[in-house]
Amino acid sequence: MVQYFTRSLLGLLFVIFAVSVITFFLMHQIPGGPFAREKKLPQTILDNLNAKYKLDDPIWKQYVDYMSDLLVPTITTGPKKFSVTDDHLFNVKLPVGDETTVRWMNFGPSYTDRTRSVNGIIQKHLPVSFKLGVASMLVAMVIGIPLGTIAALRKNSTADYFSMSVAILGVSIPAIVLGPLLQYVIGVELGWLPTSGWGSFEQLIMPAVSLGFAQSALLARLTRASLLQVLNEDYIRTARAKGLHGSQVVVIHAMKNAMIPVVTVLGPLFAALLTGTFVTEKVFGLPGLGQYFIISINQRDYATIMGTTLLFAFFIVVANFIVDLTYVWLDPRIRFD
Amino acid sequence: MTAETSEHVTQPLPGTVQLGKEIERSRGPWVDAGRRLIRHRAAIVGLVVIIAFILIAIFAPRLTSYTYEEQNYLAVNTAPKWVIDVFPKMKATGEEMGYVRVNNDYLLGTDALGRDLWTRIIFGARISLAVAFIGPLTSLLVGTVFGMVSGYVGGRVDNFMMRFVDIMYAFPTLLLIILMMAFFRASFTQSEVGTLAYRLNKIDAAFGGMLFIFIGVGITSWMDTARLARGQVLSLREKEFVEAARSIGVRDTAIIFRHVLPNIMGPVIVRESLAIPRYISLEAFLSFIGLGVNPPTPSWGSMISEGSQAIKSYPNQAIFPALALFLMMFAFNFLGDGLRDALDPRASEANK
Repeated sequence: MVQYFTRSLLGLLFVIFAVSVITFFLMHQIPGGPFAREKKLPQTILDNLNAKYKLDDPIWKQYVDYMSDLLVPTITTGPKKFSVTDDHLFNVKLPVGDETTVRWMNFGPSYTDRTRSVNGIIQKHLPVSFKLGVASMLVAMVIGIPLGTIAALRKNSTADYFSMSVAILGVSIPAIVLGPLLQYVIGVELGWLPTSGWGSFEQLIMPAVSLGFAQSALLARLTRASLLQVLNEDYIRTARAKGLHGSQVVVIHAMKNAMIPVVTVLGPLFAALLTGTFVTEKVFGLPGLGQYFIISINQRDYATIMGTTLLFAFFIVVANFIVDLTYVWLDPRIRFD
Repeated sequence: MTAETSEHVTQPLPGTVQLGKEIERSRGPWVDAGRRLIRHRAAIVGLVVIIAFILIAIFAPRLTSYTYEEQNYLAVNTAPKWVIDVFPKMKATGEEMGYVRVNNDYLLGTDALGRDLWTRIIFGARISLAVAFIGPLTSLLVGTVFGMVSGYVGGRVDNFMMRFVDIMYAFPTLLLIILMMAFFRASFTQSEVGTLAYRLNKIDAAFGGMLFIFIGVGITSWMDTARLARGQVLSLREKEFVEAARSIGVRDTAIIFRHVLPNIMGPVIVRESLAIPRYISLEAFLSFIGLGVNPPTPSWGSMISEGSQAIKSYPNQAIFPALALFLMMFAFNFLGDGLRDALDPRASEANK
């Protein structure tokens, strides 16, 4: 068991490491730099900028510098002035001395926005993407799992056909279609919900639905197929034969096993939703981190690319890790070798 | 399904005169599958819609009197009368608070650059269809070969190859694909004459930026197929007919291609056909965020992206390409479901 977890944890770290290496070297291979302008900057200014951001160093050294800035915690004493090059995500005050603080995760300065650190961008915009991702995940689960369950319990009934039609509709309607459609019908035509903006609960509904609906269809199909299979098992017949209530059999005996395949897709699903926020943020004009990811690539803002990519990768990998754990909890038969 | 079982039941008794017996005998699994497919009504509807899209895509230049890049500055953001009637909040000039200029020359209206929406939508079908066919093909090619080799060779090689697939699985592929698209786009346009990169870029430009989409899609989508193919090969490898082939001295490559491959094609094709909508939406997604096809090549994704900027005033610019995308994905989903029922009846039993 312990071995199993250690191995998944090591796998997690390896993937993040691989992402960081690939991203770092790939982005430096993209022609043009953060300071390439249509009207070229004078060579001396360019040289100075490159020197300041250490872009003249060999690439491997830049990588090592970046990663050590990020991963090696520093201890500072005394009050600290804000600086874009020295802004940490985690600041933990120690009880010893005055103002002794352990600081960790310095994402460096944004190359294109001189007044901000990548950490500042992350802290401001990540909550938006994260909230949207979680909300749409809830939408997907709240719509998908009950729909699939009803379909399986009432196999070949009208309810079954209806929910499976909804599911087919769902998988055919990606966020880039559903977003504008909802925005027009509900936002503009009916005027029930605001078409854009961020902050209130009303403004969260449409983006979350447009992102989560497609995934809810996948969940519905999967739940149905998996529950149908489980309901045919002998132990379900045994439970029924013992005289248990239909609902008791379904909820206690069938659902736990039927959820195993469903849980396994929740990890990739969360990843899809998180990256799907790029689109939804653009359609609904939300100030999320996804936008920054795309913009930073176009502007070759190296530090922002690295910061956002690593962060997204981290969430995706952790989601997969949690799925691994839940998997074991749901199905104790899973082998740990 | 019921029709088929009754067919078997009502087979004539031995000894009676059997018209069409020969036909019955020569009926292979593929013919069987074809018949099952034809019985699947939703799949046929999907197929008809797809064929319609294919015809539209092929004959696109004949179905319009404009080109997709032609800009008419005198007809920017116009809409014909019927479109304004369909969208209640659109008000034609002349009405109270009216702002949309009426121009009945364009079937669905024009976009912010004065380009004909209808023309761009029917040419956009070419991109989506190309991805719908080439996406599965690359994934099939890479995935099947990878999976078959891994499963057939087995042992340490198999272990290593599958670990690689595991890592690719955990990898946030969409992030990778976005980075790669940016890399392809920028670096290959600045390559020197005569290099491979230069040639690739030429090919890509000739196809309006599609080549890089295919590469990106191919790199990130083969793992599912590889796992499936490997699993199939693992179970087939131990089967008697493979053993028999090996015992009479058939070479490994021949066994793989002649005996194993035909047997795994069914599930693999089902899998790929079910994945087609994913490829279509991936292309639309990439074009939506500006990393897909090169402008002015029309793609539904980029049209939706441009149109959604002005959805309050000119909903037709986003809604029509969105409907086209929806319709095509719907059709492919229907067809994929039908194919699954036809080619993999055992899998669909579980679903029925």
